[in-house]
Amino acid sequence: MVWNLAWLIPTFPLLAFAGILLFTQRRAQLSHRLAIGGIAVALVLAQLIFWLAVTGAGGTPAASSWRWLINNGEAVSLGLALDPPALVMLFMVPLLCLMIFIYSTGYMHGDPRYGRFFAYISLFASAMLGLVLLDNLLAFFICWELMGLCSYLLIGFWYERPSAVAAGLKAFLVTKVGDLFFFLGLVVLYASVGSLAYRDLFTAETLAQLAQPGYLGLPVSPALVIALLLFGGTVGKSAQFPLHTWLPDAMAGPTPVSALIHAATMVSAGVFLLVRMFPLLTTAGLPVLPVAYIGAFTALFGALVALGQNDIKRVLAFSTMSQLGYMVAALGLGAYVAGFFHLLTHAFFKALLFLSAGSVIHAMEHGHQHVGGTGEFDPNDLLAMGGLGRVMPRTSVAFLLGGLSLAGFPLLTAGFWSKDEILAQVYAQDRVIFWVLAAAALLTAFYVARQLSLVFLGTPRSAAAAHAQESERSMTTPLLILAAFAVALGWVGIPEHFPVLGGLIPNGFHEFVGASSAPVPASADWQPLALGVGAGLAGLGLGWLVYGWRPLAAGALDPLAAAMRRLHLGWLYRALQQGFYFDGLYQHTVVWATQALATFSARFDAAVPDGAVRGVAVGVRALSSAAAYFDEKILDALVNMWGGISVGLGRFFNWLDLHLVDPVVNVIGWFGQLGPWATGSVEPEVPDAPVGPVARLWTRLGKFVTTLQTGAVQDYLSLAFFTVIILIVAFFL
Amino acid sequence: MVPLSWYLILAAALFSIGLYGLLARRNLVMLLMSLELLLNAVNINLIAFSRYLEEGQVVGRVFALFVYVIAAAETALGLAIMIAVWRTRQTVAVDEIDTLKG
Repeated sequence: MVWNLAWLIPTFPLLAFAGILLFTQRRAQLSHRLAIGGIAVALVLAQLIFWLAVTGAGGTPAASSWRWLINNGEAVSLGLALDPPALVMLFMVPLLCLMIFIYSTGYMHGDPRYGRFFAYISLFASAMLGLVLLDNLLAFFICWELMGLCSYLLIGFWYERPSAVAAGLKAFLVTKVGDLFFFLGLVVLYASVGSLAYRDLFTAETLAQLAQPGYLGLPVSPALVIALLLFGGTVGKSAQFPLHTWLPDAMAGPTPVSALIHAATMVSAGVFLLVRMFPLLTTAGLPVLPVAYIGAFTALFGALVALGQNDIKRVLAFSTMSQLGYMVAALGLGAYVAGFFHLLTHAFFKALLFLSAGSVIHAMEHGHQHVGGTGEFDPNDLLAMGGLGRVMPRTSVAFLLGGLSLAGFPLLTAGFWSKDEILAQVYAQDRVIFWVLAAAALLTAFYVARQLSLVFLGTPRSAAAAHAQESERSMTTPLLILAAFAVALGWVGIPEHFPVLGGLIPNGFHEFVGASSAPVPASADWQPLALGVGAGLAGLGLGWLVYGWRPLAAGALDPLAAAMRRLHLGWLYRALQQGFYFDGLYQHTVVWATQALATFSARFDAAVPDGAVRGVAVGVRALSSAAAYFDEKILDALVNMWGGISVGLGRFFNWLDLHLVDPVVNVIGWFGQLGPWATGSVEPEVPDAPVGPVARLWTRLGKFVTTLQTGAVQDYLSLAFFTVIILIVAFFL
Repeated sequence: MVPLSWYLILAAALFSIGLYGLLARRNLVMLLMSLELLLNAVNINLIAFSRYLEEGQVVGRVFALFVYVIAAAETALGLAIMIAVWRTRQTVAVDEIDTLKG
């Protein structure tokens, strides 16, 4: 069956990971070939499966399943879920991964841990593909945690930098908070249903059973509890509002990692969880509105904070947060297809933006080295760039297309179609959220224009920027391929009610993905469309007016900062720059409390358990000094007395010997000498005896044994080990 | 039910990896980790045998717990020794620690 090929999709990157880590880590060329080969095979298979499913050839997608966990005779099977959401992700993930892998060969060139980098990203790709494909929530969770691990490893990849280590730890711990809720959700779900496989969960009976209120005697349904707990996982992984602080810091990792993990795929996994659990969210009913509110708030919050960032990657990080907020808001309001569509387009254009930003950073670093710059230099600083459009044509085209897509530039770009659909559907449901999202769209377009102007327009504002050069082909080619997707991908999801263009190209995305879910009443009104387009264009225009029209001079203050200072809003700008001080807030509450608890525990440990141990020690010492006293005063005295007696006796015998025995012996000896004297014979000398064979053997043996004694513990161990083996063999013989 | 031999193979594989690490690694930390692998391989054996061969008894499992306790103590001691070695010799490579040499 052709569908069983889908099993191989996550397997090949996994094999690449194992192969690189075990064998080829030190050989750069071979490592990246292995990684790229693994993901390329996965891509080919994924495309095959995807197009087979889309065209309907080969029948209903279904792959065989394995018996997986066996518990008291009950087997949990592990299979593949080849439903439309999984297939769409299957289209996106390997493609993006391949582009990013190829890009990494250029970006990571010459890194001392080059091979290891490719091993990690291969594992990551494998986990993401597993998460997309596998058919139960437990496997989903395992892959989810694997990605968390990869994220930690890759953010802290340059572990010589303390900031990277701290960022990795932060990402790991903050997302773990969300993961805890996710896991609790799984536990509740398993307790209520007895299975975690999608096909058991999303049946009408199960959902009806879950919708019954009265969970643990509370007036809520299990579905609501589970939906909110699982949403906790999304909040952590997709960096939604209370747990968003890790994403900007995660930019300490290499840029391909930012593109791969923190824009295109891993953070999308959180949203994908919502997509997967959508029937459950619908069952949970109206109170899921908190989901929408958190999403909308995050969208606005991220867009606001992105305005105040001067680090090219942090702008994109906050932008990612904000766009994920869009998706979450859409899904929270039931706009399933629109949210998922935005997930898809966002993955492409955000990966494109990150990779372009990486290309810019790469160029800045090279420019910096070219001018022989030393000392503190931040290649990510927007204010030090400028005028790069002329020297980096390919990168700037890619960045421009990605940026326009993010800003939702009308008709042309993919981002427009998905954002427009979200806005249209939200407009029909909740006006408050609509206005929040529209404001976020305005701000998004503004910071996109700001970034584009600061990086590519004007004149270079630093020596590094003046000497920057276009990056090599291995980096720019993936950019251009992704740019094509960032533009054209939107055309598969043009809504039918769209004026003029609607219906020209069939809305393939909606037909494919939306078939399984209830249709959402989309407003065909012109207001949301006009507002969305207006917000995007106004933001772009405004941003160009502020930053692009009159290019920033070197060392000048950010015009926005200057304007806000004039309006006595300097405090607000500083708050934007600091992300509204959430890091500080968490530092002074959660982190502080944890550290206080740890300090208290350490003190308690030192006082009570250690105190007990020390008490025992003191007791033992007291006892032993008592014993020593006894020993000195009594035993020693006895011994001394005995010694004294012995000495006395010895002296007596000595005296006896000297004065009594020796004279007698001497006399006898004197008489004995008389004999030879009398005969005149002389005693013969004894010649030195030659060293015999036995003695030689022992000397050699001794030398041999000395060489065995190397002093290294391992040699002794291996000696013991081989001796044991010989003994075992001897025993069997 | 998974046959007993699978567990034994797993334990043997783990043991071999640990033994290899113990003999081939230079770093004391890796040596300690390998030692842990050895102990855990033994634990797997103990628990597997306890589950399969002595139905209803817990001796094997309790013994495994003992092994864990000893392993923890051993690690603490090993790390302490390692730190002491580092302080006196500025190295944790075992082949450089050869004062035992005659």
